[in-house]
Amino acid sequence: MTKVLVVAEHDGASLNPSTAKCVSCAAQLDGADIDIVVLGASVAAVATEASTISGVGRVLTVERAENTPALAAILAPQVVAIASEYSHVFGPSTAFGKDLMPHVAALLGVNQISDIMTVTGPHQYQRPIYAGNAIVTVSASPEHKVVATVRTASYQAAAGGGAAPIENVAADAEIPQHTRFVSVQTGQSDRPDLQSAGKVVAGGRALASEENFELIYKLADALGAGVGSTRAAVDAGYVPPETQVGQTGQIIAPDLYIAIGVSGAIQHVTGIKDAGTIVAINKDEEAPIFEIADIGLVGDLFKIVPELTDALS
Amino acid sequence: MDKILVGLKRVVDYNVRVQVKGDGSGVETDGVKMSINPFDEIALEEALRIKERGEAAEVVVVSIGSSESQQQLRTGLAMGADRAVLVETGEELDSLSVARVFKALVEREGADLVILGKQAIDNDNSQTGQMLAAIWGRPQATFASEIKLDGDKATVTREVDVGLETIEIDLPAVVTVDLRLNEPRYVKLPDIMKAKKKPLDQIALADLNIEQGPPIQTTAFEPPAGRQRGVMVDDVPALVAALKDKGLV
Repeated sequence: MTKVLVVAEHDGASLNPSTAKCVSCAAQLDGADIDIVVLGASVAAVATEASTISGVGRVLTVERAENTPALAAILAPQVVAIASEYSHVFGPSTAFGKDLMPHVAALLGVNQISDIMTVTGPHQYQRPIYAGNAIVTVSASPEHKVVATVRTASYQAAAGGGAAPIENVAADAEIPQHTRFVSVQTGQSDRPDLQSAGKVVAGGRALASEENFELIYKLADALGAGVGSTRAAVDAGYVPPETQVGQTGQIIAPDLYIAIGVSGAIQHVTGIKDAGTIVAINKDEEAPIFEIADIGLVGDLFKIVPELTDALS
Repeated sequence: MDKILVGLKRVVDYNVRVQVKGDGSGVETDGVKMSINPFDEIALEEALRIKERGEAAEVVVVSIGSSESQQQLRTGLAMGADRAVLVETGEELDSLSVARVFKALVEREGADLVILGKQAIDNDNSQTGQMLAAIWGRPQATFASEIKLDGDKATVTREVDVGLETIEIDLPAVVTVDLRLNEPRYVKLPDIMKAKKKPLDQIALADLNIEQGPPIQTTAFEPPAGRQRGVMVDDVPALVAALKDKGLV
């Protein structure tokens, strides 16, 4: 009996799209019953949203003041308490899931499968290693629970239209006192976040300064796009770290990705290779980004980007 | 604090473009340059800075693997670590077993802080630190971009998807580090000479009596599906037309 528990990611007000992507991954398991667990202080709105994801059997809620903001050490023992009746426990391969799920796996005494791209059997999956330079098939033991994170860029969000029942459950667990939330500082922007943005405009080192990144922001705003960047641009201080896309940043799959002044190092490309359409604008016609771009334009970004912004405004 | 433990994993160098072997049995590592996992180098740099500020007495670097991992430990000693421990094994250990090895060493050494890379750039798992925190029953602060110590507590800023999150944790604890924490120092030649005299203990994995698994078996390696090279356009109007064609703008 395949029973999958998906751990919901949310901010207290709304569900993160990564949750519906985990459901899509779980649905690749033959005959799987899929439940979602929402942990938080007060999660009625989020649970209602989760209940509309099609293919979901039940939405379980665990309400507890300590569960908001989410801290892995506090959530993990509660997930473990609920996990007993499940064969699989999935979470998203986002900062939230990467922090939480290995902790859950270790408490359950099992290893974790990170970044599922494809389900090839009830206990067999494909995942990337070496920044996506190799794809491996891995098998977990059928005698143990499978704990995994789902590479959200590999999955479309499951459709809506469902009406799963919502059940409040008690997750009996000892909550550690050793970890305390202090604060969170988010980029002050109304732009869509990278994980959910349908379009993303990204700048690389060639932007050459924080001021010049205004060009990227203006184009992004003309398109209603999110803003991404490369490690080089973040390291140089042009943009905040949460914009970094790639092996060590965020892995994304927007419908449109416009890479501006981005050379196309493998570590960056692994973060965008599931994008619908990749556009590259770069002055170096030999730049590796052109090898994977659907549409390429060679030229000076400082001329092209304002012109493109005007054309799209 | 008395002691900081830092993990150093021997991995294929960051600049090597790794390729799957023709027969799909693994990735090509013969004759390939090996280095310390870049995140682990950042972990060690942070531990050394903590010690240099007078907030820790000793920094111990740990690696798990074959005797070749001594190279990476010697580099760690040359950077400034006081002592090295190699847990010798010819097997490739799963993350949970690695976490169990670290727990055994933490108990043996009495470490107050374990600093690890947030992921190794070979298998990209990002698991060991979180697993160690879980089985040790101590706090975890993953993806750290700033660590401030204050007596028996630490305040850690973490890189998360929405920005920067700050948490306070009690020590002892596990911290895994992100790219922006620091820039590791370069090793100087005299330090390499000095490092040869620093202690490097070798422990057989079997002597730690670590329970292993349950394993995750890797059964096949494939190169990734490539993207096709698309079309080149000459100017902005042509680009806009192409985007309109695809219904993207």
